[in-house]
Amino acid sequence: MDLQIALLLAQDGVVNGAIYALLALALVLVFAVTRVIFIPQGEFVAFGALTLASFQTAKVPGTLWLLIGMGAVISIIELAAASRRRGGRRRLTLALGWNLAYPAVLAAIVLLAKPGQWPLAVQVVLAMALVVPLGPMIYRLVYQPLASASVLVLLIVSVAVHLALVGLGLLFFGAEGSRTPAFSEASFSLGDVTVTGQTLWVIGASLLLIVGLYIFFERSLWGKALRATAINRVGAQLMGISTTQAGKLCFLLAAAIGAMSGILVAPITTIYYDTGFLVGLKGFVAAIVGGMISYPLAAAGAILVGLLESFSSFWASAFKEVIVFTMIIPVLLWRSMTTRHVEEEEE
Amino acid sequence: MLLALLAIGPLVLPEFYVTLLNYIGLYALVALGLVLLTGVGGLTSFGQAAFVGLGAYTTGYLTTAEELPAVLSWFAVSPWLTLVAGLLVTLAVAGVLGLLTLRLSGHYLPLGTLAWGMSLYFLFGNVSFLGGHTGMTGIPPLSLFGFELRDGRHLYYLIWLILLAAVWMTQNLLDSREGRAIRALKGGGIMAEAMGVDTARSRMIIFLVAAAFAAISGWLYAHMQRFVNPTPFSLHIGIEYLFMAVIGGAGYVWGALVGAGLITVLKQWLQDLLPRVFGASGNFEIIVFGLLMIFVFHRARDGIWPLLARAVPIKRPARAVPTGEPLARRERPPPGTTLLEVKDAVKKFGGLVANNKMSLEVRAGEILALIGPNGAGKSTLFNLVTGVDPPTSGEVSFLGERVDGCCSREIARRGMSRTFQHVRLLPAMSVLENVAIGAHQRGSAGVAAAAVHGERGEEARLLAEAARQIERVGLTEYMFDAAGSLALGQQRIVEIARALSSDPSLLLLDEPAAGLRYLEKETLADLLRKLRDEGMGILLVEHDMDFVMGLADRVVVMEFGEKIAEGLPEQVQCNPAVIEAYLGGVD
Repeated sequence: MDLQIALLLAQDGVVNGAIYALLALALVLVFAVTRVIFIPQGEFVAFGALTLASFQTAKVPGTLWLLIGMGAVISIIELAAASRRRGGRRRLTLALGWNLAYPAVLAAIVLLAKPGQWPLAVQVVLAMALVVPLGPMIYRLVYQPLASASVLVLLIVSVAVHLALVGLGLLFFGAEGSRTPAFSEASFSLGDVTVTGQTLWVIGASLLLIVGLYIFFERSLWGKALRATAINRVGAQLMGISTTQAGKLCFLLAAAIGAMSGILVAPITTIYYDTGFLVGLKGFVAAIVGGMISYPLAAAGAILVGLLESFSSFWASAFKEVIVFTMIIPVLLWRSMTTRHVEEEEE
Repeated sequence: MLLALLAIGPLVLPEFYVTLLNYIGLYALVALGLVLLTGVGGLTSFGQAAFVGLGAYTTGYLTTAEELPAVLSWFAVSPWLTLVAGLLVTLAVAGVLGLLTLRLSGHYLPLGTLAWGMSLYFLFGNVSFLGGHTGMTGIPPLSLFGFELRDGRHLYYLIWLILLAAVWMTQNLLDSREGRAIRALKGGGIMAEAMGVDTARSRMIIFLVAAAFAAISGWLYAHMQRFVNPTPFSLHIGIEYLFMAVIGGAGYVWGALVGAGLITVLKQWLQDLLPRVFGASGNFEIIVFGLLMIFVFHRARDGIWPLLARAVPIKRPARAVPTGEPLARRERPPPGTTLLEVKDAVKKFGGLVANNKMSLEVRAGEILALIGPNGAGKSTLFNLVTGVDPPTSGEVSFLGERVDGCCSREIARRGMSRTFQHVRLLPAMSVLENVAIGAHQRGSAGVAAAAVHGERGEEARLLAEAARQIERVGLTEYMFDAAGSLALGQQRIVEIARALSSDPSLLLLDEPAAGLRYLEKETLADLLRKLRDEGMGILLVEHDMDFVMGLADRVVVMEFGEKIAEGLPEQVQCNPAVIEAYLGGVD
């Protein structure tokens, strides 16, 4: 290996690492606030990328039907709940607005207009608009009724959601992979190494998102509410923070981060309906490095995972995945040495 | 009846159904391990398929490799020896993984299993001597006394025999001393440790048993298919195994069979149906499985088996009061011996000093009452003494030996037993079984003996001891009721019976009289006096002053983490500092 290859691999590793970092942040966020280990995080990566790809091949993305379907189910549940109690009119209107009207408007845009001919930036916004609401909808349908369940139950349910979404992904997008055009065709050469515009986009957008999240959590009231919920659920509830709202907001952020990551990497790697799982799991390895709690450690872990992956693909490409997933073992060992034995489990 | 149906099944059923039943048997064996692990023990693994793969690949490699290293060659003599090899490999891998992850809190284990489930799968597919993604062919059939089990119908009997044996052994295990410890893992960790149960060991046991069941299933699978490739050992299949256990009823041994049967048949049917409905090919059944799981968790968290069991009347087991030889008792320290000595114990939680320079002494044959207003630090002191929390500084000695820094299990073994302020019973288990956990450390039979019920003699003695203690505290009529169905005051008394069945020299009671009626309190006081007269030392934390003052030999009063008074009940009652602490002073 010479320096040029090393730099190339490092560049590759950092780009992938940036994506893993984003996913790791989302996973830590969701876990801290809702105690859900969000295995389906990766599916949002695939859904984001493939929805965008559908626009470009002038197909109607299946995620639209999912959005309409889940919206309809939630509307029925909310209507049934509203008929059983008085008042709450405003809440009902809001719920119906988001779960019936919003999908209907999007459906009108996607089906009547021809988003395939629109500029890329608008397509990206539309793809996000389709995929991101799925996050809070999944929370409402699946996790909200189980809010008091143990981490273990929530984890198993997450795996179930993951399976259902992967199956739906296959149904919506087929088994073939897709790529989307790059955000920018520019490329720069730094010495011997060529840096593509897309690489810079990925790294730049990741940094921007991370800074954005930081500001959100440090400065905004909602961000602070989420942090409060993460630290103490009951305490936050007593302070008038709705844990349901906090949960939905988390899932919204997680879905947005996931979909954005997918849209960012789609020009670099071919995305298949089931790509998300592996990508998401690598985000997990990074998150576990951070003990599922620390954001900076998780981000550092993500870059480490990315580099490990790209360098091992050079030396032992067949064992790339084995190496990345085995990395978790020394990490767990280290954590089990440093964590005091937790004796009492919940429930 | 069912057995007869199982036995004649292959004689009358067409080939297809026999094969299906074979698969159900193989899957149920893996799911059975998960019932033990997840449903009973509260641990979860998504990586059981990888253990199945280890079993299958070990036998595949050893029976087909052209040239084996000399060390391994004697395994290749017979597939029955490769089963041993497969079990050894699997247990070694599971042992290492268990050591790494079992100590961590709940969700690390499943996350770890996700990761290594993934990496073992890629390993199977990328190692050239294991055949890569194409796999290995030409695995010989099993043979039994020279008779080759080539036909699925023949293998059927072997598979179901092994499965039923595994079910029988699992049931035996759960209905034993070790089994009670395992059943206490979910939601009773601290209590079990305080009763002398090594919970880390119990976790490891069920993890290894589950891995072993998976490896046996893999071995059978390899010799049934006669070839192996990585696909059936992927993470997705691992997840499916977990679904089988959960949907069937993760807390019930028979749930594994129901779940495996249901998922296998459903998968067969959906794989046929869905591609036609959707007009495309693919594993669409996972959509249904995913939704089904969510539905089960929302609506029937215990799975299908309990619903089935309710529909079918099942014979209740006979409820005879267990009898047996009394257990050996430990040597009683003579009355007046110092049992417990706490010297200058300090406990800080961050900046908060919960106990400051606390000292006290309990002697054999006396009742020492520890009283004080709420938040005085009494329960903290209890936790220091019993080893739940280590003291920040100071000494705790029991029978002349330092025990601060010992874990609660070790302290329990030396003859100290306790009850909890917040009752820690296992609500679904009977009163008898709950109390028998207290006698855990007085038995010694291991897992293997329990699995074949070779320890019935000892088990009878343990249960008889538990029954005696229940009788002693006056709850005989509730012996076979679920502990959770008793009134709170009675549950506290059950805790005392549990503590007594460990044959302690020192008994620590945390508010035993709370929630009792007047007459019940009288009975309890009589019991405690009798225990004292037999030479037991009793440390009592209590709020009920009438109860304390009429019973205690000496009283220690705490406030703000410090001892403010000590002496005979009458002296303490007149102590101005005590009166001020309880009634408030005049500023």
